[in-house]
Amino acid sequence: MLKIRQSIRDAMIRLAIAESPMEACGYLAGIDGEARLLIPMTNVDQSPEHFSFAPEEQFNALKQARNAGLRLIAVFHSHPSTPARMSAEDIRLAHDPDMIYIIVSLMDAEPVIRGFRMEQKQPVEVMLEITEDG
Amino acid sequence: MKLVINGQEETVELQEATVAELLRYKKVEMPEMVSVEYNGRFLRQAEHETVRVKDGDRIEFLYFMGGGMAG
Repeated sequence: MLKIRQSIRDAMIRLAIAESPMEACGYLAGIDGEARLLIPMTNVDQSPEHFSFAPEEQFNALKQARNAGLRLIAVFHSHPSTPARMSAEDIRLAHDPDMIYIIVSLMDAEPVIRGFRMEQKQPVEVMLEITEDG
Repeated sequence: MKLVINGQEETVELQEATVAELLRYKKVEMPEMVSVEYNGRFLRQAEHETVRVKDGDRIEFLYFMGGGMAG
């Protein structure tokens, strides 16, 4: 299970809407199984169907998280017009065994957020619990 | 030798090694999908086979991140 603070969840949705129809993306940093910081990332693909990070920006995010006493625990991206499930491309490119992969779907009127972890190259859903901001 | 790997000081049982060898030592899956920063300098993938780590070096590595709704 991954806990996500309400403000982080809301910020992910706002970012997904703001970037739509392009895919939005970023990291969540946290501690003790709770995401506490959203780090928006540039979608260098600038595409409605793809995203990727610039490695140099990834290292900056890593240091930003570490300086806050946190670590990178999840990566998120939006699916502007498809469900919150890992696509074939998401699965193919999900290489980090320690990362939780979050997808924000804007397909329906109400955004849907789901999380996954890769196990033996297959996505396994991770329950997301929205917590109050502390 | 002692290295600082992803912010943590570690003693690795290697006398000397390239970055690629260090990634194998750390049992990094899919090392070709990993980006490395070596003492604050971003390495090109080809440099993983040539840059040699030494005592006290700082190594950061991260997996390539990408995907998309296609498929």
